[in-house]
Amino acid sequence: MSTSEGYTAKDEVGQVRVRRTWAQRTWIDLKKAPPTAWLGMIVITAYLIVALFAPLIAPYGEAEITPNSYAPWGGDHMFGTDQIGRDILSRLIFGARNTIGIALATTFLAFLIGGGFALVAAISRGWTDQFLSRVVDVLMAIPSLIFALMLLSIFGSNVTSLIVIIAVLDSTRVFRLTRAVAMNVVVMEYVEAAKLRGEGLGWIMRREILPNIMPPLVAEFGLRFSFVFLTIAALSFLGVGIQPPTADWGSMVRENASLIQFAQFDLRAGITPLLPASAIAILTIAVNFVVDWFLMKTSGLHDEH
Amino acid sequence: MSTDKNDVLLNIKDMVIDGFSDEKWHEIIKGVDLTLKKGEVLGLIGESGAGKSTLGLAAMGFARPGCRLTSGEIWFDGVDLMKQSESAKQKLRGARIAYVAQSAAAAFNPAHTLMDQTIEAGVRHGLVTADEAREDAKKLFAAMDLPDPNNIGDRYPHQVSGGQLQRAMTAMAMASRPDLIIFDEPTTALDVTTQVNVLAAMRNAVEQFGTAAIYITHDLAVVAQMADRIKVLRYGVEVEEADTQTMLSDPKEAYTRSLWSVRSIEKEGHSVDDKILEIKGITAAYGKIPVLKNVSIPVSRGKTVSIVGESGSGKSTAARVITGLLPQMEGEVLFNGKPLPLRLKDRSRDQLQRIQMIYQSADTAMNPRQTVGEIIGRPVEFYTGKSGKAAQLRVKELLEMIELDESFLDRYPGELSGGQKQRICIARALAAEPELIICDEVTSALDQIVQEGILKLLMNLQETLGVSYIFITHDIATVRAISDEVVVMYQGEVIEQGSKEEIFQPPHPAYTELLLASVPEMEVGWLERTIDTLGEKRAAMG
Repeated sequence: MSTSEGYTAKDEVGQVRVRRTWAQRTWIDLKKAPPTAWLGMIVITAYLIVALFAPLIAPYGEAEITPNSYAPWGGDHMFGTDQIGRDILSRLIFGARNTIGIALATTFLAFLIGGGFALVAAISRGWTDQFLSRVVDVLMAIPSLIFALMLLSIFGSNVTSLIVIIAVLDSTRVFRLTRAVAMNVVVMEYVEAAKLRGEGLGWIMRREILPNIMPPLVAEFGLRFSFVFLTIAALSFLGVGIQPPTADWGSMVRENASLIQFAQFDLRAGITPLLPASAIAILTIAVNFVVDWFLMKTSGLHDEH
Repeated sequence: MSTDKNDVLLNIKDMVIDGFSDEKWHEIIKGVDLTLKKGEVLGLIGESGAGKSTLGLAAMGFARPGCRLTSGEIWFDGVDLMKQSESAKQKLRGARIAYVAQSAAAAFNPAHTLMDQTIEAGVRHGLVTADEAREDAKKLFAAMDLPDPNNIGDRYPHQVSGGQLQRAMTAMAMASRPDLIIFDEPTTALDVTTQVNVLAAMRNAVEQFGTAAIYITHDLAVVAQMADRIKVLRYGVEVEEADTQTMLSDPKEAYTRSLWSVRSIEKEGHSVDDKILEIKGITAAYGKIPVLKNVSIPVSRGKTVSIVGESGSGKSTAARVITGLLPQMEGEVLFNGKPLPLRLKDRSRDQLQRIQMIYQSADTAMNPRQTVGEIIGRPVEFYTGKSGKAAQLRVKELLEMIELDESFLDRYPGELSGGQKQRICIARALAAEPELIICDEVTSALDQIVQEGILKLLMNLQETLGVSYIFITHDIATVRAISDEVVVMYQGEVIEQGSKEEIFQPPHPAYTELLLASVPEMEVGWLERTIDTLGEKRAAMG
């Protein structure tokens, strides 16, 4: 094949950058991460380890009842026991497993439903988009906590319906975000090229659009996880969430709430109901630290060099 | 202001500018000198990445984000801008040095009227009162040959055309009667017929006010009309500099000569009776607004049909009808003698495979999250059913066809140059083993040298593979280079069609006449000689 004198496509760019591997790039990003992000990541890792290895770490079983109820801190029970003699520390540890596990499952489901429908709406546009968007508007118009309470009292408070109901309600917000960012991508010529090639909806969704909208979705996943987590805790606190004897931080706050009155006699007993509450708070803050950093990194909203 | 031509206005000495990428500073401008006398126009040319815009901005003592002025001197009218504070430099910018950007549409604020934006700099610098500035702006609008100069200032940017906006921007730059204007590719985004007017208006304004100017472009014919002297840059170093006449007739360096010879591709046009595609009596509309009116275009097998016209002429819409993206209201598209279904989704995979498309902007035509291997591999897999080793082999073969090698397989589009990206797009189209490729302005976004490479590649591929092209473009030089047959479109209608020889031979219909006459030629003084006759031709069209 002939080339014009002095010109070839290959030497058009003198030297080509050596591309770093995925691991190298991640490490460089991590090294540049601010201390808050590091703190967040350490906290999240600690929570995950506790959740995964709960049976090995916890001194007692999840619902194991010991003879002494309302035992004080120290001795056999580091944080005392509750009203029917279950070890608070063990329940905190198992609570991590249940609360985080259910919250993760719910968030995944919310993204599957919301994200899936949003991509379909963005690609097909027209009536499909109108219909889906209006359904979402209607769902969003109803206050979600009250709606969740109502649905849970209709379908009963078991783990499955808890997950499905919160996922459906939260998927509306995922839908809105995904549709908005996907709209910017579907107008690109490479999506048109894929359509011209005859590619199906599934390919366009997964291979052409999804990789290009991942950063905002990942950030939203973190935030959504925090909200779902708080919703579950709130529902449990109200008594319609995770049911006993399953350990869960929301219901632990409710069950031990009365202990707070004893703070005047034993300060540590008063602190007991605050332990699950702070477990919730610390995880939420840690997730937010990481999400903040990730958003900064991907949105380009950082200072110029 | 003195207009003594011998006074040096701007003197840049041994300028070094760094750019930040890959977490390191790299030299973009490697020690360039530049001298500009009062009232003189200097043309700065070179391919993209040569550093011409960066150097142009440095003349204002400005480095865009991610760049820094590392060393050197910038003497502007007796002061070294390198030693001035940021606020002192800001006082100069917009008052004594002005800047005209490439895309006027992006540079204007859509929320304010043209007038408000034109007078803003002068009023902010406290040079004039708002009322005086308004009166003056009207005179400038008139000098820039804008229609209805007294009232056009009340319009918003979206209410005027691209060419008018570009002229309004020049008026804005002129408003404070600067000593120096930097034009950064001001006509690159315009149609040829519009470009001529803008060039003439800018040239007049510069002469009338005795302003010195740096004119940055990659279009040689344009710079020949505008500049007194030309400086050629490449890879951040000066290649050569001479006055325009000498530079055009007797360039010293081989690189400059290669720039000059770009427009030299020629081939003889042939037409055959065997038609691969015929569109017959097509009428199409977006909503209720018709964009194509009774358009018929035949495409000979193994040949190239060019569709020429300015933006809004319906040439890209014709491509959308052929590909099925926009179903026509009347008429039919015959492919190999058989009508194609109206809609994309009614077409079989086989029908889709035979017609492929290459886009103007390779940046948006390739998924930034897919590697070159995936981009080319997908159509191979999708249409030919090859997978694994066989598919890989085919992808490598395709890379060879476009004169690249397999080291490109795992690169992402962001890591490629403009020409390489367009080559990958060509390979993606070839991967489907098509009979017809629609090329929609495929070379418009590229530098001349790269353009030439792409055009030669397309011609070679046609010779070896026998593929037919529909080549949509607004560039007459490209049409001359590659077509067998030409279709001229204007406002949704075919004005003239026939073999290349016929089209370029007079007599022409009025629009073709105007279009052909608007293409700048590579000689000094062409603009002055032509501008009046162009006006007559425009008037003849009504």
